[in-house]
Amino acid sequence: MAWFRRSKQNISSDGQKKDIPDGMWTKCPECNEIIHKKLLEQNLFTCIKCNYHFRIGSKEYFKILLDEGTFKEMDKKLRSVDPLGFVDSKKYSTRLDETIKKTGLYDAVRTGTGSINEISVVIACMDFGFIGGSMGSVVGEKIARAIDVALKQKFPLIIISSSGGARMMEGALSLMQLAKTSAKLAQLSDGGVPYISVMTDPTTGGVTASFAMLGDINVAEPAALIGFAGPRVIKQTIGKDLPKGFQRSEFLVEKGFVDLVIHRKEMKDQLTKILHLLLN
Amino acid sequence: MAKVVLEFEKPIIELEQKIEEMRKYADNLDIVDEIEILEKKVDQLRTSIYSNLTRWQRVQLARHPERPYTSDYIHMIVDDFVELHGDRTFGDDKAIVGGFGRLDKETVLILGHQKGRDTKSNLYRNFGMPNPEGYRKALRLMKLAAKFHKPIITLLDTPGAFPGIEAEERGQAEAIARNLFEMSHLPVPIIVVVIGEGASGGALGIGVGNRILMFENSWYSVIAPESCSSILWRSWDYKEQAAEALKLTAPDLVEQGIVDRIVPEPQGGAHRNPDEAGSILKKILLEELRTLKKVKPEKLIEQRIEKFSKMGAWKE
Repeated sequence: MAWFRRSKQNISSDGQKKDIPDGMWTKCPECNEIIHKKLLEQNLFTCIKCNYHFRIGSKEYFKILLDEGTFKEMDKKLRSVDPLGFVDSKKYSTRLDETIKKTGLYDAVRTGTGSINEISVVIACMDFGFIGGSMGSVVGEKIARAIDVALKQKFPLIIISSSGGARMMEGALSLMQLAKTSAKLAQLSDGGVPYISVMTDPTTGGVTASFAMLGDINVAEPAALIGFAGPRVIKQTIGKDLPKGFQRSEFLVEKGFVDLVIHRKEMKDQLTKILHLLLN
Repeated sequence: MAKVVLEFEKPIIELEQKIEEMRKYADNLDIVDEIEILEKKVDQLRTSIYSNLTRWQRVQLARHPERPYTSDYIHMIVDDFVELHGDRTFGDDKAIVGGFGRLDKETVLILGHQKGRDTKSNLYRNFGMPNPEGYRKALRLMKLAAKFHKPIITLLDTPGAFPGIEAEERGQAEAIARNLFEMSHLPVPIIVVVIGEGASGGALGIGVGNRILMFENSWYSVIAPESCSSILWRSWDYKEQAAEALKLTAPDLVEQGIVDRIVPEPQGGAHRNPDEAGSILKKILLEELRTLKKVKPEKLIEQRIEKFSKMGAWKE
């Protein structure tokens, strides 16, 4: 036997992996830290080592921000009707059915009322998991109706964005949702009701070019991608690499388009503080 | 500038040239009857080609380099035009032009995206792709119009808002969003006309109005067919299919409840007879303004917000 042959009992990385139950551990894509699922949840889905903010959906966000048991969902079952009969590699109607089945959601935003440290609010949160958080007729209509409720009840409005932009499969109808939501926000503003826009990773395209940028106060989670054009498109246009940190939350604060970057763990307290300052 | 002829226009142009040539000899030869026959034939050909245009062919017409642009329409339809410059914050964007002028006797603010016709003017106009300061200039002018109670006419013709580093640094998204927000509650009549390309947020950024008009051979959608092809089909080769799927022509948008009225074009498209296109638009704008002028300012705002609130399709 050669003296350099490994003994079978030695540590092997394969062997170690087998000891981890499936799905119990998550690797941080930023710093590679391995985090236990429970700990990650406790830490509101942010990395314990580098503060990387994992993408979360409306279910998690409502739980983080709202007082327990206060959320009342509105227009839950509003659904798209595939107005153009759009077909690319598959039918849009099939894509919708599959996504609804997979995610348990009806479209890319959920809206409702609830309270944040006992302050009544109207809240909307986008789900990136539903066709890239894209805005079509349903997202536009649900946001518009949420704004109507905020205006009528005089409840502050909070919208948490996470979107790749307008939904291509509804063509010009999707585009018009930018104007529709912005026009509704103008009414809300004229009515003197506060609106806080919370931008999370990523907020781009038509959502940024409408309600996400129109907050009385614009806040963002750390290092979220926020912009009009996506980085790939810009890179293609100018044929150069993009500067480090370009289109990230901190860059937008620097350029004057976001008021504050807030860590997810601070979000509820900070929003409470801001709302108290504006309301009382 | 060399004449640009689109593939489907070729048979018509060839026949027209033949007739032109025959006319030269018509004095010496007895071919008047033959010319007449050919003229009838070219008329039939035009009707059959232009009444069966595919959506992609309309996109091509909308982009035709000889098509009248914003400045051309301004000079054709208003008198005493004074162009105004700058957003008072950063600079003057050449991709949007605007100013006051007289439509018949009444002062209006008229503004729109401006493309160039050759390489030099296209570089100067950034191919009609505005930066944030373009939208902010437009908003400054529109607020001036509101201050002096003048109606607003906007002309849309852009391949999109410019996707560049500086545009992002200066808040392209915020500039467009702000315009949508502000335009929705300006207390004066706003008429929007898509004259060529209406590409996404870059077009809509000056496109919130009481009346939305579209030229017969223009397009308006959430994305250009080429970009849609590259994202959904992962190749640039499906632009025809993408144009079909997006349903982006004037009749499509009327059906979707977005566009109120189609502006008819001279036969063969606006580029075949720009003057006629200009006088058709002028006549229609005067009609539309006459109606809107009777509406009270607060009603104008209410009607405009209501109009956009209705857009979309869903089920409960």
